[in-house]
Amino acid sequence: MSIELRHVSKRFGSVSAVEDVSLTVADGELVALLGPSGGGKTTVLRMIAGLEVPTSGDLLVRGERVNDVPVQKRNIGFVFQSYALFKTMSVFDNVAFGLKIRNTPPAEMQARVDELLKLFGLDGLGRRLPHQLSGGQRQRVAIARALAPRPSVLLLDEPFGAVDAKIRQELREWLVRLHRELHVTTIFVTHDQEEAMEVSNRIVIFSRGRLEQIGSPRDVYEQPKNEFVARFIGVLNVLELTVRGGAARLNELSFPSHGVAEGETLRIGFRPYAVQISSNLQEHPHSAVIRHVYFLGVQLRLELETPSGLILRTRIVKDEFLRQGLEQGSSVSFQIREYRVLSTGANNLSPEVATVHSAANFAEGI
Amino acid sequence: MAHGIPKGPQVAMNSKSRRGIEEPEFIRKVLIGIAVGFVGVFLLLPLANVFAQAFAKGWSAYIQSLQQPDTRSAVLLTLLVSAICVPLNLVFGVIAAWAVAKFQFRGKALLITLIDLPFSVSPVVSGLIYVVMFGAQGYLGPWLDSKDIQIIFAVPGIVLATLFVTFPFVARELIPLMEAQGSDAEQAALTLGATGWQTFRYVTLPSVKWGLLYGVILCNARAMGEFGAVSVVSGHISGVTETLPLRIEKLHQEYQSVGAFSAASLLAILALITLGLKTWLERRQAAEQALGQSDSLSSHEH
Repeated sequence: MSIELRHVSKRFGSVSAVEDVSLTVADGELVALLGPSGGGKTTVLRMIAGLEVPTSGDLLVRGERVNDVPVQKRNIGFVFQSYALFKTMSVFDNVAFGLKIRNTPPAEMQARVDELLKLFGLDGLGRRLPHQLSGGQRQRVAIARALAPRPSVLLLDEPFGAVDAKIRQELREWLVRLHRELHVTTIFVTHDQEEAMEVSNRIVIFSRGRLEQIGSPRDVYEQPKNEFVARFIGVLNVLELTVRGGAARLNELSFPSHGVAEGETLRIGFRPYAVQISSNLQEHPHSAVIRHVYFLGVQLRLELETPSGLILRTRIVKDEFLRQGLEQGSSVSFQIREYRVLSTGANNLSPEVATVHSAANFAEGI
Repeated sequence: MAHGIPKGPQVAMNSKSRRGIEEPEFIRKVLIGIAVGFVGVFLLLPLANVFAQAFAKGWSAYIQSLQQPDTRSAVLLTLLVSAICVPLNLVFGVIAAWAVAKFQFRGKALLITLIDLPFSVSPVVSGLIYVVMFGAQGYLGPWLDSKDIQIIFAVPGIVLATLFVTFPFVARELIPLMEAQGSDAEQAALTLGATGWQTFRYVTLPSVKWGLLYGVILCNARAMGEFGAVSVVSGHISGVTETLPLRIEKLHQEYQSVGAFSAASLLAILALITLGLKTWLERRQAAEQALGQSDSLSSHEH
């Protein structure tokens, strides 16, 4: 079911939670609303559900305006961050609640609930009370309950916030599989960019009530519209340069001035993968020492320190790191393969500037 | 007490956590002795005395004095008053608690304070408020008189005074409970298609039922036992406007000690039943809360 927000704003008293947001979610999509807490993403989700009413703007479902349709009539499934299970009801009764309210015949209700409990790996737990379940199980009950009346949209508020890291990973993969099987339009809220990248087809990025960018995970990572998005999605090295003698400089590093006047500052940003290092000190123009090695599995995150004390972050595949015989404290040479000029304020970013001619490798990124 | 070397790790943990804060044995004994002695002398002894006096002239005298027509009508009036006041305050308490816990509105803090007002006002003053309002010399007195409606020195006055002094009980019990639970579950019910009433009936009410019952029991105990406010508005007409507490006082003043204490024993029994129910409910609630809490802390898979 398609959903459209047209210039939607929401104010709570004098506080503006959402400002002039327009976006469209197509039928069957899996969309993440991403942003720091207080960014307005939960308010957007609650407005789609009908739990909040927009102060201005229109909310359309299948092209029809639904601003004044009460929450009960919207046919949405909503999963709360706290799960909000009915604690006095069994798992079965929780899942059956929406069906019971709709006066579903008992046999049909029984079949539907059993089907969901099985699909969600909860069979045999129907008689338990919510407090007798683990966190992961509770979350699955919450999703099963939301899906039982066959909603046309599934809305999830920070669905993985309350479980620990290992289960979170399992649940993410499980949600992707579930979406593939059920094909229900799904919108979820998260503050975790990795989660948004991994789970969704499309990411909507919010900050301070405003929509910053909409795009595929790859789009927002490779083509961030502004500095906020660039910094929020993935890691970004940011340097503040001063133009002196026709070049933008910071300590031992220098870049073209990009038309910035003498004495003015220029900010540039680059991803860790744009920093190329080599144990051969002659290979690249700059030198640095590996200050810290963070082990992330197949990849390592390195913190480089230049002789003048600049800290740069880079990534390297473990095999490559070992092949070059590197370790913490090693001296290396490095180059910055590509960077963007970050304009101050909320202006859009300039296109990427390649300093050397080699294609950026996305797989090496993040 | 805290001497010697602990033998095992478990012993060590136990004595470690207690050693630093524990008082010497004799201080403990003195303090416990004072507390128990105080409760014994000022609470248990008088309670036992009520029953001793009631049965001073035997079982049949006890039954006989309870069967005096005025005493019987006092019992019936007390039952009637609480049968009116408790349901009304139940409804009021639930509405007030719902409003306070689920909505944000201007003057909410003031409303909570006002709900507490009957606790802080002397019952005599509560009664006088109604005399000033509805009495013959009161604001509405002449108008009521012209319509031939009598409130003061009649049952309606007693009901009003009792309503006033008992109205905080249910609301006070429910407000913290509902506030702690938040409104996520109710919102979830709405998203699943439930109407406001269905949400209340299936989600809210079951989750507060023990607290609600507790509030009702306390409300009932107070409604039956109220003396001060009722005394001001009642007019003490034997057999007509005398509630049980007023009847007890009258019998006592007339030196009918068996009659007074027999009637008093009824209120004492009511108090004991209330106490028993209260303890049972508190245990149930604590057990349910402990279950819920220990579980919400652990979020292990399987």
